[in-house]
Amino acid sequence: MPELICSNLTKTYGKGMKALDKVSFSIPALGIFALIGRTGAGKTTLTRILATELMPTSGAASINGIDVVNNAGRLRDMIAVLPQESRAVAWLTPRQTIITYLMYRGVGFSEAKKKADSALRKTDMDRFANTLNEKLSGGQKRKILVATVLASGAPIIFVDEPTTGLDPISRAELWEAFKMLKKDHFVFLTTHYLEEAERLADRVGILHEGKLMALGTLDEIRKLVKYQYSIRILGKKDGIKVKEGKKTLGEDGYLQIMTTEKEADALSRRFIKGKIRFSINPVSLEDIFYSIVKKPIREEEGNGKQEEW
Amino acid sequence: MGKSVLSQINASILINAIYAMQGYPAMLISNLLSPISIIIIVTFASHGSLLGEAVSGGLITAFVGGGLSLQADLAHLKNDFKLQDMVVSSPTSAGVYLFGMAISELIFQIPSIITLLALAFFFVHATLFAAAEVFAVLVLLYAFSIVLGFFLSTVSSDILQSWAFIGILSILLTTIPPVYYPINYIPMPWRYIAYISPTTYAAGIVQVSLGYLPPSQSNIALDWAVLIALCIILFVIAVKKNRWRDV
Repeated sequence: MPELICSNLTKTYGKGMKALDKVSFSIPALGIFALIGRTGAGKTTLTRILATELMPTSGAASINGIDVVNNAGRLRDMIAVLPQESRAVAWLTPRQTIITYLMYRGVGFSEAKKKADSALRKTDMDRFANTLNEKLSGGQKRKILVATVLASGAPIIFVDEPTTGLDPISRAELWEAFKMLKKDHFVFLTTHYLEEAERLADRVGILHEGKLMALGTLDEIRKLVKYQYSIRILGKKDGIKVKEGKKTLGEDGYLQIMTTEKEADALSRRFIKGKIRFSINPVSLEDIFYSIVKKPIREEEGNGKQEEW
Repeated sequence: MGKSVLSQINASILINAIYAMQGYPAMLISNLLSPISIIIIVTFASHGSLLGEAVSGGLITAFVGGGLSLQADLAHLKNDFKLQDMVVSSPTSAGVYLFGMAISELIFQIPSIITLLALAFFFVHATLFAAAEVFAVLVLLYAFSIVLGFFLSTVSSDILQSWAFIGILSILLTTIPPVYYPINYIPMPWRYIAYISPTTYAAGIVQVSLGYLPPSQSNIALDWAVLIALCIILFVIAVKKNRWRDV
């Protein structure tokens, strides 16, 4: 099975700033892997090392058995990269953007033209094929770059925060494009939009301050947290007793109770009876992320005892 | 997938010359005017006596300007569009990318070079040997400026920094050196400052070769040696210090 392996990967920039700290993991190079983390977590550094753009300070990494550091030339035939904050070159059209990128990959002009037209059709961008990139919307420009890496035919694609700054509709359009890529590519995606990872990823890694905090499928990640359900109620509610679980009053004014399935069931019945409006869901990636990397504003642990709040 | 180096070179030419010319034709006019404007000033100020020197200086400026433009273009494509990151992760090597970009700058300079060659045809009377020597100097200068431009582009983090590099290099390579007039027009001891620049040596060779400067005023062998040595030193520094794959 194709595999991405990182072993003690460390990157230290000037003045001793450690961007990656002995990151080790191994994942199947299939489907979409989403690396999530806050700004400055080290996501781009890890992506750039794996995409052969940046040398690590120490450690090793390989994709499908090909060493990222020592065999970059061979790997570059198999990868395509959509860097963070990349933009389609202003004075090119989408067709020219794809054609020239394919030519950099060694494809002849005529063949590149055919592939470009095919990629534009697949991403529903063919109607803009001859419009200057500078005249396209932000979402369309990003979509052109996705079409560009799609056209490359590279089986491994790195996309670094591709939807940052896009409106929800453009973002949803790009998600569709990624779902298309997922069918026959390995996509290494970094994002700080947890919803994006939740919707697209087969596997997720959580990176925080250069360290890998969690890794696995969404189900496996959910098991890392003690409580499997999340109940949300608007406002501070007095008198809600939780036998087993964690209560958090978030910045958004919602009271969140993370609890077991049994306790969630009991609380739901009580809320319905007491006509308290609430929502109940399995814990989201956002819940998990915050429980791993961020201390909530206020939190209390049930510890199996009844408590008043 | 069969790699074609020719395709990779053509990709740079399309992006940085052909499509750029289509998109922004004003840049062609700007390129053309840059050397011609100084030719006009020098010719008028010298009552026409330095027209030949000015035209040969214009050719030197046009070829050095290719490298300066390359520096800004590469930095723009790298920092603002992240094109270089996409290319680094592709099968294209640094050398092939640079070669393609160097050709693209030459293509961009074609209108300017044709105009200057037309002026040279009428106002510079060169022997075949002199023309060959001038051509060799221009090729060497172009290689020098391209390598310098590539090196600076890889360390430039913003287009503002690139503009600053252009300003500094323009002064060092085309203003301080006696490119548009003979070196004996610069009084001592200021002449020593001019020797900082490699274009002083290039202009010395060209001016002696075309008969604008008596051989006694310039040591041609030394000029060639310094010019070639500077090119080699810069090439070695650029190869060792450039950041194609970041560290």
